[in-house]
Amino acid sequence: MFSTFDFSVIVASLPFIWSGLQFTFKLTFVAMTGGIIIGTFLALARLSSIGPLAAAASWYVNIMRSIPLVMVILWFYLVIPLITGKPMGAETSALVTFTAFEAAFFCEIMRAGIQGIPKGQVAAGQAMGFTYSQVMRFVVLPQAFRNMLPVLLTQTIVLFQDTSLVYAIGAKDMLKAAEVAGKNYNRPVEMIIFVAIVYFSLSFALSYVVKRLQKRIAIKR
Amino acid sequence: MSEMPEAMIKINNVSKWYGDFKVLTDCTTSVAKGEVIVVCGPSGSGKSTLIKCVNGLEAFQQGDITVKGISVGDPKTNLPKLRAHVGMVFQHFELFPHMTITDNLSIAQIKVLGRSKDEAHAKTMKLLDRVGLKAHAHKHPGQLSGGQQQRVAIARALCMDPICMLFDEPTSALDPEMVNEVLDVMVQLAKEGMTMMCVTHEMGFARKVSNRVIFMDNGNIVEDATKDDFFGTPRSERAQQFLSKILSH
Ligand SMILES: Nc1ncnc2c1ncn2[C@@H]1O[C@H](COP(=O)(O)OP(=O)(O)OP(=O)(O)O)[C@@H](O)[C@H]1O
Ligand SMILES: [Mg+2]
Repeated sequence: MFSTFDFSVIVASLPFIWSGLQFTFKLTFVAMTGGIIIGTFLALARLSSIGPLAAAASWYVNIMRSIPLVMVILWFYLVIPLITGKPMGAETSALVTFTAFEAAFFCEIMRAGIQGIPKGQVAAGQAMGFTYSQVMRFVVLPQAFRNMLPVLLTQTIVLFQDTSLVYAIGAKDMLKAAEVAGKNYNRPVEMIIFVAIVYFSLSFALSYVVKRLQKRIAIKR
Repeated sequence: MSEMPEAMIKINNVSKWYGDFKVLTDCTTSVAKGEVIVVCGPSGSGKSTLIKCVNGLEAFQQGDITVKGISVGDPKTNLPKLRAHVGMVFQHFELFPHMTITDNLSIAQIKVLGRSKDEAHAKTMKLLDRVGLKAHAHKHPGQLSGGQQQRVAIARALCMDPICMLFDEPTSALDPEMVNEVLDVMVQLAKEGMTMMCVTHEMGFARKVSNRVIFMDNGNIVEDATKDDFFGTPRSERAQQFLSKILSH
């Protein structure tokens, strides 16, 4: 059956694959922005002097980081409808899960970034009359974010590849689209090879951007 | 003293601990309006700690400090509001590296004092001009020399129309050839009547413009004397030793 490859099926199924890739992009983008925003708040909570808040944030992060992503995906998909009483589509479930999961990882990156800002910068901000939140907004977070940008993007590349795990709950991402198309045309191998190439090319291109960025930031410091 | 000038900064029996370690012991002194006092002493004697207590950057466990009558240690005091009116200059400048020089000077005027952008910009340019750095307004701090950065830092503090200024070794991180450009700005400021509390080992500066010199050792204010008394005959042996060491450089 696989004696010869037939790559014409790829062209035929391109529009279908593209719709899957669009969801992959959407998932990556939502989980990245949502994860960075929530992760930054988690980082501030972990670093706060309010004990219970720091402990709660630390628990959240450690739990998320100790469970395989596939399990979190399945668990959210099955448990959230039980709590809310409403069924949730696989796509929505994936968006929520990834944001919540990635927030733990972005939290640790932002925490390292915040801790890397010299104490004197905080003192200078306070001495200007800034409140805690102003010191964070105007002095600490912009610098932490800039310094951590390459790491944040590297994590986003990992996230982009991990989105393929939504396959487990049947959300229609690029991998799922390729699988469906492969079945319909009875050419699964070609389709899998094709999406592998797409994942690779996009990840590789983004890594290249990160490398360039790292060099530019290194010069600017 | 014949008259009682209005005290801008009053430090009353202040003690501070880091855990079991006592950094400040019963420190008492005051700075009158328009007065310039120099704080000196060996490394680790608590100079930075004391000056940071004045605007509440460091908390203290005993005694009290008031700035223009406002208690710094009182939990009800709005510290950010108080700090907005107390200028502070640091050893390592602490300009915000991600902002242009203009933004470094404007941001707190806008966000803290609520000035309009135009108003803040006008003030910024006026003070940059004053420290001779108007031409560098668009640059980032990293593009300036140490001496230039410290002058910007002084201008940044002055933009807030401070009621007094605190300096923590403003010239000790500078290459020798840049020390004077910063001291010149400080001397000018002192002559204009700014109330200043300066931690510094620049005895030339102390001689030229200070009213009083405080000598600290081991967290204690060992000597608090007028400039003439201090440079004439310091009463404590520690201060004499310190002076002879520092002046022989
Ligand atoms: N956060 C801290 N925790 C514990 N000890 C500290 C802390 N900060 C300062 N100290 C100690 O307090 C003492 C006074 O420090 P401080 O920085 O006020 O000295 P200083 O007179 O400014 O010295 P220098 O001339 O080196 O700047 C030092 O022994 C220092 O090690
Ligand atoms: Mg010091």
